[in-house]
Amino acid sequence: MNTQLFGVIAMFILTVAIAIPLGRYIGKVYLGEKTLLDPVFNPVERFLFRISGLDGNREMNWKQHIYALLGINLVWFFICFLVLLNQGWLPLNPDHNPSMSPDLAFNTTISFLVNCNLQHYSGETGLSYLSQIGGIMFLQFVTAGTGMAACAMVFNAMRNRQSNQLGNFYNYFIKSCTRVLLPVSFVASVILVVSGTPMTWEGKQTITTLQGEEQIVSRGPAAAMVAIKQAGTNGGGFFGVNSAHPLENPTYLTNMVENILIVLIPIAMVFALGYYLKRKRMAWMIMGVMTVGFLALFLPSITNEVKGNPAITEMGIDQSAGSMEGKEVRLGAEASAYWGITTTVTSNGSVNSMHDSFTPITGGMAMLGMMANSFYGGVGVGFLNFYIFIILAVFISGLMVGRTPEFLGKKVEAREVKIAAFIAILHPLLILAGTALSSWLVSHNTAMGYWYNGNASAWLNNPGYHGFSEMLYEYTSSAANNGSGFEGLSDNNPFWNITTGIVLLLSRYLPIIGPLAIAGLLAGKKHIPESAGTLRTDTPIFGIMIFAVIFIVAALSFFPALALGPFAEYFSQIH
Amino acid sequence: MIKKIISVNIFTFGCMILLSVAYPLLISGIGKLTPGQGKGRTVSYKGKTVGFTQEGQQFTDNRYFWGRPSAVGYNGSGSGGSNKGPSNPVYLEEVEKRIDTFLICHPYLERKEVPAEMVTASGSGLDPHISQKAAEVQIKRVARARGLDEQEVRSLVKKHMEPPLLNVFGPQKINVLELNLALEKHQTNNQ
Repeated sequence: MNTQLFGVIAMFILTVAIAIPLGRYIGKVYLGEKTLLDPVFNPVERFLFRISGLDGNREMNWKQHIYALLGINLVWFFICFLVLLNQGWLPLNPDHNPSMSPDLAFNTTISFLVNCNLQHYSGETGLSYLSQIGGIMFLQFVTAGTGMAACAMVFNAMRNRQSNQLGNFYNYFIKSCTRVLLPVSFVASVILVVSGTPMTWEGKQTITTLQGEEQIVSRGPAAAMVAIKQAGTNGGGFFGVNSAHPLENPTYLTNMVENILIVLIPIAMVFALGYYLKRKRMAWMIMGVMTVGFLALFLPSITNEVKGNPAITEMGIDQSAGSMEGKEVRLGAEASAYWGITTTVTSNGSVNSMHDSFTPITGGMAMLGMMANSFYGGVGVGFLNFYIFIILAVFISGLMVGRTPEFLGKKVEAREVKIAAFIAILHPLLILAGTALSSWLVSHNTAMGYWYNGNASAWLNNPGYHGFSEMLYEYTSSAANNGSGFEGLSDNNPFWNITTGIVLLLSRYLPIIGPLAIAGLLAGKKHIPESAGTLRTDTPIFGIMIFAVIFIVAALSFFPALALGPFAEYFSQIH
Repeated sequence: MIKKIISVNIFTFGCMILLSVAYPLLISGIGKLTPGQGKGRTVSYKGKTVGFTQEGQQFTDNRYFWGRPSAVGYNGSGSGGSNKGPSNPVYLEEVEKRIDTFLICHPYLERKEVPAEMVTASGSGLDPHISQKAAEVQIKRVARARGLDEQEVRSLVKKHMEPPLLNVFGPQKINVLELNLALEKHQTNNQ
């Protein structure tokens, strides 16, 4: 056993160990029970509701939840879009970075609004501090809060009763921000700033290096943003290379903290469900399915990264440190592989190494993580994706044993299953259609005119199978609201900004609306008490059933595409 | 309807004060109490700031230990990796060339002793560290260029080795800038 492997194991154990009590706490927050931070935040929340005139106590049905959610998201869109378009002359811009072009501002706003954080710019040159803190970081908080609020409504709807009163969206939203995201981010950003991540309002500093050359070093208010970028499964970094940057992620300790945060709240939400519904067994069943899926992706990845790039092994040099192209020495191959998979199974998308340079299998596993998009998943939305698969599994197992499908005492009927099937199919549809379009353009080397400066094949940074992977990854990352990328792809141009922008929008709001609708419809049905004939949904067998559904829907629909990209590249490297 | 829109806007504005004003100001206040005052930690030599400890810089002179190849030439205002795929022929040719150059500069090495991390680009282009092996293979070259005894350089390298976190988690590594700075200081003191 070496220290790098220990580091990875420690991260996973610590994550689960913190997630269990945190999940309990989140469950209490949504149930409205007394918690530790009440004295601090109760007055703040009351003040916010009083000055705005919004009612945080009014019970809403599922449709009202959706209207409230979409309405407030629209307001955020306009605010952020305007800031980005005008950042050049607005204050807090010590480096004099220019305002964004409209297509880039569109893509960036959408991307942060939908909690994806795909970045077609570099933080150092693309954003002012006002945009970073007032635009981007604000959205990182509130979009995570939105996802959690939607998830809280689904929890509420899953209770044993017949009701249309499913809590208040604004209440769930503000509590997610003040009681969970803000305290967690505060602790993390203090650790970061103490470890050396900058938190300053001053601009670039120019120095003369030891060897006598000039070096210009970008800085900024990074620590506050890095914490919420991880805690809210946002992933959009302060600097261009995200957490590979030595100021954004300066030590192995900060790497552990940041990586724990990536999966912490997604896992905690599962335990929150267990506490909220008093169904601990079900929480562990879900946690089990998610963990099996995660390990199935992670183990091949770490093996391949540690073994290194076969093409470099053939050169006869010492590759004992693993595949180090695109990785940092202070983090090492093991921790980079762990990060690479945790960030893609959740919808985080921050990186601490360059995914474009991963060995083919790891790149493929990262994509598969985003294709399934429900092994832990994003804060709130991860569980919503998983909920879709539960509904499908209930339906299919119901058919198999010849019983009316029931889930938690509610009959699952045609309408709910149609919605679930639509959401499940939407994901592959968006990814594969986008990839097909861009591949068609590349294979015909189309002159793109306004859409791209040059011919289509020029946007690839690598030839062959890997080039195809770059495009597949970009759409997968957009559709999974992930935000990481095979960053070699030239994606800051109208073609990529607009097509991925559309994918982002569809793949954020429909997969939230779908589960909300299903949960709302089910909540309105009569509750049937459990009997001997009820299909138990908290058993390992049902877990296997869910896993099978995820595997069939997510993995198999993508298999042909994966075979053309990462798998073909893998086999081309074996002689 | 209009009343509702105004309400949601005020609510948003209130959240902004909490999340985008109070929170970051609090953290930057705490940052002021840390070494470097939250502006990044710098090191000086002969009274001048010569770099950020946590950010790598370019070393090409034979008198210094070298850091890893950088896709952006250690540009501190625009980080970046190469983003080359593992099977890209142009990339593999480039690695071959780096191996050849490395062997010419370190003629005493055998090919199988060349650490891969010294011929592959880092993720950020600003990697401040190298591995223990990568430092050890350079000792002879640096000692020769400086006219120092190999043992002296070796003991400096040993002194600057950073152990894993709590000696248990993560890799062992050396900060290139700090090592080179120590070399400079060592030599001025001995003159």
